[in-house]
Amino acid sequence: MSSPILRLVAQRVLLGLVLLLAVSVLIFAGTQILPGDVAQAILGQSATPEALANLREQLGLNDPAWLRYVHWLWGILHGDFGTAQSSGLDIATSIGTRLKNTLFLATCAAVVAVPLAIVLGLIAVRYRNGFVDKLISGLALASTSFPEFFIGYVLIFVFAVHWQIFPSISTVDDSTPFLERLQAVVLPATALTLVVLAHMMRMTRAAILNVMQSAYIETAELKGLKAFDIIRKHAFPNAIAPVVNVVMLNLAYLIVGVVVVEVIFVYPGMGQYLVDHVAKRDVPVVQAVGLIFAAVYITLNIVADIAAIVANPRLRHPK
Amino acid sequence: MSNELDYLSRRVAAGKLSRRDFLGRAAALGVAATVANSLLSNAVRAAGPVKGGTLKAGLQGGESTNSLDPATFLSQVPFAFGKCWGETLVELAPGGGVEYLIAEEIGSSDDAKTWTMKIRKGVQFHNGKEVTPDDVVATLKRHSDEKSKSGALGVLKSIDTIKADGGNVVVTLKDPNADMPYLMADYHLIIQPNGGMDKPDAGIGTGPYKVTTNQPGVKHGGERFANYWQADKYGHADQVEIVVVNDPTARMAALQGGQVNMINRVEPKIVDLVKRLPGVTIRAASGRGFYPFNMFCDTAPFDNNDLRMALKLAMDREEMLTKILRGYGEVGNDMPVNKAYPLFAGDFEQRKFDPEKAAAAYKKSGHSGSILLRTSDVAFPGAVDAAQLYQQSCAKAGIKIEIKREPGDGYWTEVWNKQPFSLSYWGGRPTQDQMYSTAYLSTADWNDTRWKRPDFDKMVLAARGELDEAKRKKIYRDMGEIMRDEGGLIVPFFNQFVDATGKGVEGWVDNPAQELSNGHALIECWLQA
Repeated sequence: MSSPILRLVAQRVLLGLVLLLAVSVLIFAGTQILPGDVAQAILGQSATPEALANLREQLGLNDPAWLRYVHWLWGILHGDFGTAQSSGLDIATSIGTRLKNTLFLATCAAVVAVPLAIVLGLIAVRYRNGFVDKLISGLALASTSFPEFFIGYVLIFVFAVHWQIFPSISTVDDSTPFLERLQAVVLPATALTLVVLAHMMRMTRAAILNVMQSAYIETAELKGLKAFDIIRKHAFPNAIAPVVNVVMLNLAYLIVGVVVVEVIFVYPGMGQYLVDHVAKRDVPVVQAVGLIFAAVYITLNIVADIAAIVANPRLRHPK
Repeated sequence: MSNELDYLSRRVAAGKLSRRDFLGRAAALGVAATVANSLLSNAVRAAGPVKGGTLKAGLQGGESTNSLDPATFLSQVPFAFGKCWGETLVELAPGGGVEYLIAEEIGSSDDAKTWTMKIRKGVQFHNGKEVTPDDVVATLKRHSDEKSKSGALGVLKSIDTIKADGGNVVVTLKDPNADMPYLMADYHLIIQPNGGMDKPDAGIGTGPYKVTTNQPGVKHGGERFANYWQADKYGHADQVEIVVVNDPTARMAALQGGQVNMINRVEPKIVDLVKRLPGVTIRAASGRGFYPFNMFCDTAPFDNNDLRMALKLAMDREEMLTKILRGYGEVGNDMPVNKAYPLFAGDFEQRKFDPEKAAAAYKKSGHSGSILLRTSDVAFPGAVDAAQLYQQSCAKAGIKIEIKREPGDGYWTEVWNKQPFSLSYWGGRPTQDQMYSTAYLSTADWNDTRWKRPDFDKMVLAARGELDEAKRKKIYRDMGEIMRDEGGLIVPFFNQFVDATGKGVEGWVDNPAQELSNGHALIECWLQA
């Protein structure tokens, strides 16, 4: 690896960190602007002035906002997210389990969805504007157009109620063995796959078709290469950057945006955890989850950027 | 023929014949399925509970913010799990009245101000310690302390002193209250070692199941407590499990797929479809909850009793019941109590839809122009439809209703108890006194009909301190009458708790106090093979 590419990568990572810091300021500021204060929220109706004062002191709410921000950030850098106000549990521990579950489900869905979407995209390009292309696009668009809960219900009805081969309740915990875990997420992962498939497939198709207009593809065709080889060897490598971007966007969605699927399949992931705590105005948890989601988005975007850089031969082989 | 059926039903109870085979043979003998089914459940009940297995419930109403501290209980899952691992002094019995648990008996002084509760001996906590009167005192003190933020605080406010006295706990009240034993049945008041002062969310109680799994908002589990004091009555399954399933369709699917044995909150609109499914039994119990249309009695135009009466007469209760609740409820009678309450007089005249009388009363009231009714989805399931039905039945009496649909967010802070005519719900209370005291005293915070009548207040207090049941019943009858004819609430119906059980779940007892047989379903049911 040569220096310009390293420099570019380092630059991206650094930019990502700065961005994350900026997001943390935004999250902190956002939760400060919320009406009412935390002590009031904890004590609720039974708040007496003395109790309020005591609790404010105890929580350090009398310090200026910037000092509280620094304390908060310092804690997070040491892995300390504080404790949830509603249940008194340690946030880092609760999030640890939930995040693991979310990542597991997202991984399972991604392992199926990403290769499937790309292969389908390649096939669609090979038989472009023909019956196969139309069929693939039609099915993928249809599955995306159905709302997630509808797909979930249909899967439950067919596989859990009618045939009873997969469980409709996907509750897992730390003690669940790997194979059981895998069986538990089959239905939610399928639902998610169907939801994200079309976006990636269509993007793959469009990006490759774009490249297919180039002169060198024509050359390859004139050389007498097989249609599929042209797509695989010549077109696809040059279409990677936009495809990776869309893939990353969908991966981020799989991690931060699956609350509906979690609810339907009763899967203990981050989404439900966040929604419950927003409803209870449990600010420390909302801040922590917000920051983690932001980190996921930023990381995946950096990965996409880096992949685009690495995939670009002009950057890989500088003169 | 009946001998053969008896024999067969006993075989089923003994587990030697399947339920399906039994029903098949019963049909062959020319017996209707319903008769055969009831024969069967009698035999099963007579054969007694079957021990063993894991009983699972898929329930709505659990969040990842839940805690095992009984003071914080609010939703259905902590409530139902609390009944598995903990016990209160007394419980609300299915037929009204109280069932004695940790308290063996409760007696009062003649003025109903000093109450003595005899604490049962030999009841063990899960940590091996025996329950002492001191534990009970500590529990009551913790919940009556403002700092505990206990959901039972309001109930305990009337308590003046709490003391242990030998094997008894003596409680004195600020004002006489003949319903004191019912107050102790509040589900927050689970007796904990040293009242839970040391570790409120330890999950150690005297219930039939020890806490083994506690993942708030996901699942809760318990295993049978070997030293439970009434093992013949409760705690038949080896393990119990509650899975939080907040989505109604997913809940029903889990029951059908056999992943859980029981679920709560079956939506009225699907009940008719679901009850035909093989293996699924609908458990509908009439309760004390109701869905009122509230009018402010001190705000124009509702300060006119003729107008209030016109609006009451223009309510088609039967139609509401069939269309909104699909029949899973009972028609209301414009008072906040019904036959599910102890000391309820059953001889009230039922108010009926009468457009002519309504029109006459409306004319007499002298009101003209439309009347604004506020509603929202969150008031109760079907509240918007209910408002529209009401608009139509009012139109038949020549009364014009204008409906304003309010956003769900903020309905309980901005509309309910703030606006003069709106839809709402009440979950009901264990006794008439608690219901009237919560919402129909001049001084009540939640007086959501602005019902301010000194004479009525006096009746509430008189009934509360009256130990003679016949006299109390008479006062409650008079109060109901006044409420129905002059009060500010229109009650179309009382709703039922609609739960469902899957194959082989036996031992269910309908209880009007709360859903899931007052939360007892997991501890009182068993799995029949």
